[in-house]
Amino acid sequence: MTKFILRRLLSFIPVFFIIVTMLFFLIRIAPGGPFQGGERAVPPEVLEKLRETYNLNAPLYRQYVDYLVDLAQGDLGPSMYQPSRTVTEWVQLRFPVSLELGFYALLVAMTLGFLAGITAALRPNTITDYVPMSFAMVGICIPNFVLGPVLVLIFALKLGWLPVAGWADPLDKVLPSLTLGTAYAAYVARLARGGMFEVLAQDFIRTARAKGLSETRVILRHALRGGVQPVIAFLGPAAAGLLTGSFVVEQIFQVPGLGKQFVDAAFNRDYTMLMGAVLVYAVLILCFNLVVDVIQAWLDPRVRYG
Amino acid sequence: MPLLKVDDLRTYFHTREGVVRAVDGVSFQVEPGETLGIVGESGSGKSVTNLTLMGLVPMPPGRVESGTARFNGVDLLRCSRAEHRAIRGKRISMIFQDPMTALNPYMRVGRQIVEPLLIHERCSGKEARERAVRALETVGIQDAPRRLLDYPHQFSGGMRQRVMIAMALITRPQLLIADEPTTALDVTVQAQILELIKQIQSEMGMAVILVTHDLGVIAEVCDRVLVMYAGRIVEAATTRKLFQRPGHPYTRALMASLPAARKKGEALYSIKGMPPDLTQPINGCPFAPRCEVAVPRCQSAAIALREFREGHETACIREQEGELP
Ligand SMILES: Nc1ncnc2c1ncn2[C@@H]1O[C@H](COP(=O)(O)OP(=O)(O)OP(=O)(O)O)[C@@H](O)[C@H]1O
Ligand SMILES: [Mg+2]
Repeated sequence: MTKFILRRLLSFIPVFFIIVTMLFFLIRIAPGGPFQGGERAVPPEVLEKLRETYNLNAPLYRQYVDYLVDLAQGDLGPSMYQPSRTVTEWVQLRFPVSLELGFYALLVAMTLGFLAGITAALRPNTITDYVPMSFAMVGICIPNFVLGPVLVLIFALKLGWLPVAGWADPLDKVLPSLTLGTAYAAYVARLARGGMFEVLAQDFIRTARAKGLSETRVILRHALRGGVQPVIAFLGPAAAGLLTGSFVVEQIFQVPGLGKQFVDAAFNRDYTMLMGAVLVYAVLILCFNLVVDVIQAWLDPRVRYG
Repeated sequence: MPLLKVDDLRTYFHTREGVVRAVDGVSFQVEPGETLGIVGESGSGKSVTNLTLMGLVPMPPGRVESGTARFNGVDLLRCSRAEHRAIRGKRISMIFQDPMTALNPYMRVGRQIVEPLLIHERCSGKEARERAVRALETVGIQDAPRRLLDYPHQFSGGMRQRVMIAMALITRPQLLIADEPTTALDVTVQAQILELIKQIQSEMGMAVILVTHDLGVIAEVCDRVLVMYAGRIVEAATTRKLFQRPGHPYTRALMASLPAARKKGEALYSIKGMPPDLTQPINGCPFAPRCEVAVPRCQSAAIALREFREGHETACIREQEGELP
């Protein structure tokens, strides 16, 4: 097991390198550049000075090598648009917020999804199957930028129970987490239902029943472990999606997270900030996939020993 | 007094294609300690009969339409779910055809084997483990204490069936239902498993219902035989009488299709035609359309199992009336 993890970690190095390289050049290929947007035109001499400062006048390969050298030391460079902090500092400041939001959303997704999916699987093609699954279908179909404002309209403006936006006290966090989590809850529900459904039809479940186990025990001890496999496999992409996809929700609810930072950086051609944000996401996705593989191996002895 | 007495059992499946009369008026009994064989072609209702007794028929689409099944005075078809759970896995155990899929791949076999003890006898973990070791040894698995920690995929098919048997017998049930326990195994292993079942049975004195479509297996291990066709019992006899003189044309056809009955070089005999569609009502004898000795009367007469000689019942009216040689 340790060997497996180490091997996977080592394989991250080339993957990461490829991501950095592709990103670096892709970002620079895109039309426009830093310091050009904004309301006022920047005087040419100032622009020249700025480009000098940020090492944008050097040949591209030189910039690339310099970036790699800095990166190797954990330095993501200064932000080109918000120079008050370095990119590393911005990430340290904003990322925990996104992480927190993602975590709550994942919690929402898992809780709602599992409850709905398993309930549905226990009595297929009855009301307790149709009702949760219809909700799941709706959840999948409604995009976040619609669901968010609708929830705000109902719970913030009409009922006045929850704040419209912000990220300061606990109540602020409810609507963004719900909005972000719901779509994934719907996927989790469908996967959990499918997984449980399949497992419950297997021979070994009949064996378990033949032993005289109660239905609860059959489900908890025998079915669940196999039934959650599809959900676990989905966890990696889901967690990544929750973090990277949170920028829509962060925009709607004015949450000061990395997602918002990322979108702003893209608009402002803030090369260093953009690189920084994407690299954080990339590392995160790699790690999540590893974690998922480990969980799967732990859940399924055939994989573990195979 | 019989251990199990089944009367007029009917289990139907209400499907989109119609009502499948999988088991349609089956009556039989099992004496303590005896081995009852059930034979019949695929789809004749052998599994559904036994699954009904175990309360394992999926409902819906399945439904028990009529009948009683008295086991130690308790009607298995009418008792509460909790009562039924207390009986199955404790007094009646069942093993299935495919040992490759019948064990939980995510759970160590040790935990699976002790489960019946933990829930039915509230054993301590330590005692359960000791009994599991003994059970594995009884079914001939070497190095039992270590193998308890293995997962099913670490066992071969024959070994898994042994594990299933150990698990089924750990509570010392009064009745073991074995639904084609050897069909999925290769021939040498088949013989070993049958031998094992026979040996344990004589040690523990339990009754066995052995489902198979192999008459050779019946001849080897069973005291009595039921022959099933289209959800009914068409013949019931002691094994000796059945092989001495089969009392139903269907049974005779089954015997003729045994590989051993064939002379060298001759093609294997197979019964012409198909089993009837169970969604359609059947008038008269269900086997009549395929029967070589059927007369017009067979299609219309009322059919019931009757004793035509001592210890030998048949549903064939011509046999009952002594018209067949
Ligand atoms: N869940 C189900 N839904 C619908 N029909 C079913 C179901 N289970 C069994 N049947 C039908 O019941 C009939 C009897 O099936 P059963 O499994 O008892 O046959 P069998 O004698 O055990 O055959 P085999 O030798 O193949 O195991 C078959 O026609 C089958 O199609
Ligand atoms: Mg069967």
